[in-house]
Amino acid sequence: MKMSSDSESKTHRNVPREKAFYFFTSVGNYTGISAASLKEFMERVNDVTVKSLEFHLQRGDFEKWAVEVLQDKDLALEVKRLQKFNLSGDAVRSQLSMIVSRRFKRLSAQRTPAHS
Amino acid sequence: MRVKNNALFLDDVDLWILQALQKDSRQTYTALGERLHLAHSTVYDRIKKMEEHEIIKNYTALVDAEKIGIKMITALVTVYAEPKETEEVAKKLAEFPEVLEVYTALSEEFLIIAKVLAANQESLHDFIANSVAPLPGVLRIRTSIVTKKVKEVFFSVKNDSEGARL
Repeated sequence: MKMSSDSESKTHRNVPREKAFYFFTSVGNYTGISAASLKEFMERVNDVTVKSLEFHLQRGDFEKWAVEVLQDKDLALEVKRLQKFNLSGDAVRSQLSMIVSRRFKRLSAQRTPAHS
Repeated sequence: MRVKNNALFLDDVDLWILQALQKDSRQTYTALGERLHLAHSTVYDRIKKMEEHEIIKNYTALVDAEKIGIKMITALVTVYAEPKETEEVAKKLAEFPEVLEVYTALSEEFLIIAKVLAANQESLHDFIANSVAPLPGVLRIRTSIVTKKVKEVFFSVKNDSEGARL
C-alpha cells in the first residue's frame, strides 16, 4: 500500500513557529505552552489548564487551527461537534484528548505501509 | 542654559520658556517674550539651544481619538521572557505599531511591560497570539485591559522657589 502523503503531513508536520497553536487562558494571557504539530497538540492538551481549553473551545480556536493550519477538516468537524455539548471542567480535557488521540491514531495508521 | 562636563544646566529663564511651551507650543517667540518679559530674540536663542540639545524633542498634537470616532482598547501587557532574551524581545516589541510604550522592569523576575493599542479584544488577542507569543524567548504573557483612564499627564517642568529643577 502506498503511504498517504496527505495524512503523513497532517500527523507529523511541524508548522512554522508563527502558526503554532498558542494556549491562552483569557484574551491576551499566554500560558507559555504551544504546539507546532498534531502530535504535540495531543500532548499539550493534557498539560495546559482546563481554563485554557475552555477558553479556546468556546472561541472556536481549535477548530480554526485544525482547518487553517493543519488543513484537517475532519478533525475540525469533530471539535466543532464538541462545542455543542457545552462541556466544562475536566470533561473538556478528556473529550478533546480523546478526539485528538483518535484522529492521530487514524492518520498514523493510514501512513503505515501494509505488509505484503 | 550651561553645559558643564557634558551635563546640561537650565536656568530660570529656560524653565519658564519650557513651562509656557508645555501649556501651548504654538505661541510665537514674540508672544512668549511678552509674557515672560524677554526679548523675542532671547526666546528664539534659548529655544533653538534646547532643540539642538534635544531637551525639546518634538512639538506634537494630542489627538482625542474618541472624538473622531476611533474607539480603541488599551492593554498593559506583561511579558515574561528568558533572561537572556529579554532585551531582544523588548526591542522586537517596540517595532510593532500597535505598541505605544515598552519598558523592561525588575520585580521578582525580569520582565517587559508594554502599552498596546487595539481595535477590539479580538484583534488584541490576535496580535498577542500571532506577533508577541511567537517571539523567541517569550515564556508567558499577562494582559490587563484598561477599563478607565483616571489620569494621563506628560512630564512637566517645575520651577519652584527652592530653585530651578526639572
